[in-house]
Amino acid sequence: MTKTIAEINEKIKKGVAVIVTAEEVIDIVAKNGLKKAAKMVDVVTTGTFAPMCSSGVFLNFGHSKPKIKLGGGQSFLNDIPLCTSIAAVDAFLGVGALPNDDPRNKEYPGHFNYGGGHVIEDLVSGKDLQFKATAYGTDCYPRKKIDTTINIKTINQATLFNIRNCYQNYNVAANVSKKKIHTYLGVLKPNLGNVNYCSAGQLSPLLNDPHYKTIGIGTKIFLGGGVGYVAWPGTQHNPYEARSKNGIPTGGAGTLAVIGDLKQMSSKWLRGVSMLGYGVTMSVSIGIPIPILNEEILKYTAVKDEDIYAPVVDYSDDYPNRRPHILAQVSYAELKSGKIKIKGKEVPTASLSSYSKALEIANTLKKWIEDKKFFLTEPVALIPDVDSGYPKGQTLEEKNG
Amino acid sequence: MDNIKKTIVLNFSKSMVYKPIVYHLVKDYDLEPNILKASINPNEEGLLVLELKGKRANYEKSLKFLKEQNIKIESVEQEIYKNEDKCTHCGACINFCPTDALYVERPSMKIKFNSEKCIICEECILKCPMRAMELKV
Repeated sequence: MTKTIAEINEKIKKGVAVIVTAEEVIDIVAKNGLKKAAKMVDVVTTGTFAPMCSSGVFLNFGHSKPKIKLGGGQSFLNDIPLCTSIAAVDAFLGVGALPNDDPRNKEYPGHFNYGGGHVIEDLVSGKDLQFKATAYGTDCYPRKKIDTTINIKTINQATLFNIRNCYQNYNVAANVSKKKIHTYLGVLKPNLGNVNYCSAGQLSPLLNDPHYKTIGIGTKIFLGGGVGYVAWPGTQHNPYEARSKNGIPTGGAGTLAVIGDLKQMSSKWLRGVSMLGYGVTMSVSIGIPIPILNEEILKYTAVKDEDIYAPVVDYSDDYPNRRPHILAQVSYAELKSGKIKIKGKEVPTASLSSYSKALEIANTLKKWIEDKKFFLTEPVALIPDVDSGYPKGQTLEEKNG
Repeated sequence: MDNIKKTIVLNFSKSMVYKPIVYHLVKDYDLEPNILKASINPNEEGLLVLELKGKRANYEKSLKFLKEQNIKIESVEQEIYKNEDKCTHCGACINFCPTDALYVERPSMKIKFNSEKCIICEECILKCPMRAMELKV
């Protein structure tokens, strides 16, 4: 049994397509078997909502009178510095940007209450932001200073462009040292006092399409509460990560670069994040529909938390020093239960990725498709899988010989 | 006569830090204090979080006594507040709550807050990446 995306879109138009979430599909396949279920189900929706640090927004402010060239000068939104290494009134704001006067970790652990991710949340929520810039002035762009307020309605464009999001599986962070540490995966108590994980597991987009058979360049997605697209494989995309028999990578593997118009997104789904002792970032929401083209694709979407394994990694020494050692392999079912066992010790778990929000995203996307507001797209090109010959990552030292 | 159990926060000025307040609560007002948190800041001002058990009338008299000693009293009933608009139900807070006032509801995986169990230790405030745990003034 095979279907095409065009046929599925036709069913959506007629209001007869069957759309289920990646959680619902598990029981449907268990009850009906793959063959029958592949005929029944047309689309499986996935979701994830978690801090995604390689995110940011390209802004075009429009020209002042007289004109100013921001490029090469210094620009700030609510005191957060923008990256002004492009043209006159374009700039990039990354989620990890901090005010110049933030004490950072000088008073350890730093609080990091406001940064780039928070500016994006404020911008998308419609708040007025203070925009300050200095420039060196040219014959064609004579103005050297500007101090004004902007908001999402007054600027020309705001394009969310995240170069690495949606990690396919991720480390579970632990701390075997004798002191408390503060990491991008949260605060970790000494002597394996707790572990933090960060994946929606059975709801996570790339864990439901582990060999990138339907999610590719051009795939239309739920992004930040609006519509976005997969732009490219994300940076550090690594299809070569070890995989279980079910095809699921047992560590961080595939990633996606995604893009979308910030003006149609929502601050409910793009949230500034403060990681104590680490820095600022932003929680990004992504939902990806998977067209059930055949039984194999359906089988992948029926994956359960108990069949997805993540590596427990020590963040006090092994991780910072790039040692490939892992403490344990644990399933997301174990992680979600609230405790795991590492070397005989019971350790409490917590997530940085919100499972309940991921489910809300998958259900929202399901509703959009049911309401005929969202149709599926054929990828323009697929993202590299295991046999693609895609270059493997190296360390800086390896690169420089 | 009705018995009560209340949690209160006492703020002491520098001059009061060395007075045996808890002793008077036991001896003069027949209250059963449970010290949940005690600290003295670098300015030598004291903070004491007390759970008091006893007769309501005695408890009320004890509050009068504390006020006469120029101790600032805050009730803690709703001192720490979970801003539901800000909480994204991740879970970064839960393993830092010493009384399980913050917990995961399964299978929804939502983060719940039982303010009755909260002892205002404030551990959750900076652990929350969304800063959803707020100290109510």
